[in-house]
Amino acid sequence: MSADSENTAADTAARNTLARRATDASTPIERGEAPAIEVHDLVKTYAGTTAVDHISFSLPRGEILGFLGPNGAGKSTTMRILTGYLPASSGRVSVCGHSLTSQLAEVKKLIGYMPENNPLPEDMRVHEYLYFRGRLKEVPRRTLGPRIDEVLELCDLKRVRHKIIGKLSKGFRQRVGIAEAILAEPPIIIMDEPTIGLDPHQILIVRDLIASLRGRMTVIISSHILPEIEMTCDRVLIINQGRIVAQGTPEELRRSVIGHSHYELEAAGDPSRLSEACGACDESLQIEARGEPDATGFRRWLLTTKREDPLGEGLLKTLGEAGFRVRSLSRSQPTLEDVFLAATRRSWDVTAEDLKR
Amino acid sequence: MRHFLTILSHEVRMLLVAPSTYVAATLFLAVMGFFFTSILQDYSNAAQEVPPPQIFFQLFWFPVLFMVPLLTMKCLAEERRLGTLETLLTTPVTTTEVVLGKYAAAYLLYLALWASTGGFFYILHRFASDLRFIDPGALIGGYLFIAVSGLLFIAIGVFASSLSRNQAVAGILGFTLLFALIFGSGLLQNASWLDRELFNPAREALHYAQIIQHREDFARGIVDTRQLLFYLSGTTLALIFSILGVEAKLLHN
Repeated sequence: MSADSENTAADTAARNTLARRATDASTPIERGEAPAIEVHDLVKTYAGTTAVDHISFSLPRGEILGFLGPNGAGKSTTMRILTGYLPASSGRVSVCGHSLTSQLAEVKKLIGYMPENNPLPEDMRVHEYLYFRGRLKEVPRRTLGPRIDEVLELCDLKRVRHKIIGKLSKGFRQRVGIAEAILAEPPIIIMDEPTIGLDPHQILIVRDLIASLRGRMTVIISSHILPEIEMTCDRVLIINQGRIVAQGTPEELRRSVIGHSHYELEAAGDPSRLSEACGACDESLQIEARGEPDATGFRRWLLTTKREDPLGEGLLKTLGEAGFRVRSLSRSQPTLEDVFLAATRRSWDVTAEDLKR
Repeated sequence: MRHFLTILSHEVRMLLVAPSTYVAATLFLAVMGFFFTSILQDYSNAAQEVPPPQIFFQLFWFPVLFMVPLLTMKCLAEERRLGTLETLLTTPVTTTEVVLGKYAAAYLLYLALWASTGGFFYILHRFASDLRFIDPGALIGGYLFIAVSGLLFIAIGVFASSLSRNQAVAGILGFTLLFALIFGSGLLQNASWLDRELFNPAREALHYAQIIQHREDFARGIVDTRQLLFYLSGTTLALIFSILGVEAKLLHN
């Protein structure tokens, strides 16, 4: 990828945020207030392919970060680097003010990690496994017993504490993985797709569990289930092909990536007069799609506008004056899914341009 | 090293609760018992020059070649295949502690299996009640040899396991390495191209690394520090390579 392609208009907004964060990072901060995770210019290459390509972000303590991206975008690789499992090719990572490269042993104590697919030993009982992991994570022997009871309670695992892990159902296994991650009460928890393969009820439990950690622990989760991320995360980071394509709160992303809002209108009247009526209400309001009229003569229209503030009242008034009979008007919020698709598509386009050149 | 004991006790515990350990132990005792009975049969047919423990320990290579790869092939390969190596190495544990913990557990099991063959000699002593059959020197020397050489054999098995995520590959690799170690030097010793003066140091090294010869020395009660050093340095080297093997796989996976 060439330097000028990185300056495409589409990426400018994201880059500005990056630049701002980078300057933030260079100012000296006291260790106690250091952000939970700070990543600067992280690169990871495997045998010629770049899995993570100059990623920078920082995460304040106590926040929940959602990591989004299509398969193979570099989510898992980034998480593995943060946990110290994989070495980075270049870049700087600090966890609670500790450098990942020079204080790896310290960093490993600060992170509770649940890998993708949640690997667990098949032939151990749940409480034995938690005891073993607790010892490895240097939880004092005295407090480990009560702490295991606590996490079993939190994750609703009391009933299966004496069962063999290999015989548990997927939902229980997943919760054993989560229980293990929070066992040593680390300040940072990293979970790679914690809700994969769970039924809706279990997803709800896991979501509540993650939400209950807010403020006490810093959490990074990756997921494909976008409503999940939207409901639990304070901050979202979308990456594609190893690069950050968008980051911010879900609200900010909606504004910066989509940049317009949609209205759905169901009304009867002369179709040719609608665009005129729209123009009278707001200049940027346009008809995007039009449905077929039903038996009673009502049609559905899809309108888009660049305006952020609600237009509903004005629009209803104008439509009434133009002789439309309105049955319903609603503003549709772009979901994170739309943001995700728009952001990843945009970065595909950028790459496609690269290839053409 | 504070996690070494945690991992070791965990591994030993897992070995003790696994049915496969008991199956392996039973079969090992069956095979060794078969050898022991045939040795005794030879004695009852005709008088022999050497006491039974000598002959018994001469057959050490058979259990080593088959049992050691079976005991060790699982230890790192399985962790990597299941992905639990990732959860293990993201705790404050170092690769060295993981490899040493697993190595020590496999070694203890190996010793326990061999120790159980002591029962044969006890039965022989009880029923034959003739000390000539059980020359204590040969017996102690034999077990000492098993304990010392086992350090190296198990380390080689662990090394083979660190190279692959497939247990079968690790097992076959371990078998081959052990075969080369036990019989390779003997085979090369007879090679005519080594007779040239140029290769004299190599010949000496080969002579020094003759494991079968070591066993005879031990059985005669000669404990040579050079031989101890051979096993200890070989063990250290194999374990260092195992640690590097695990870490290299992380760098290039």
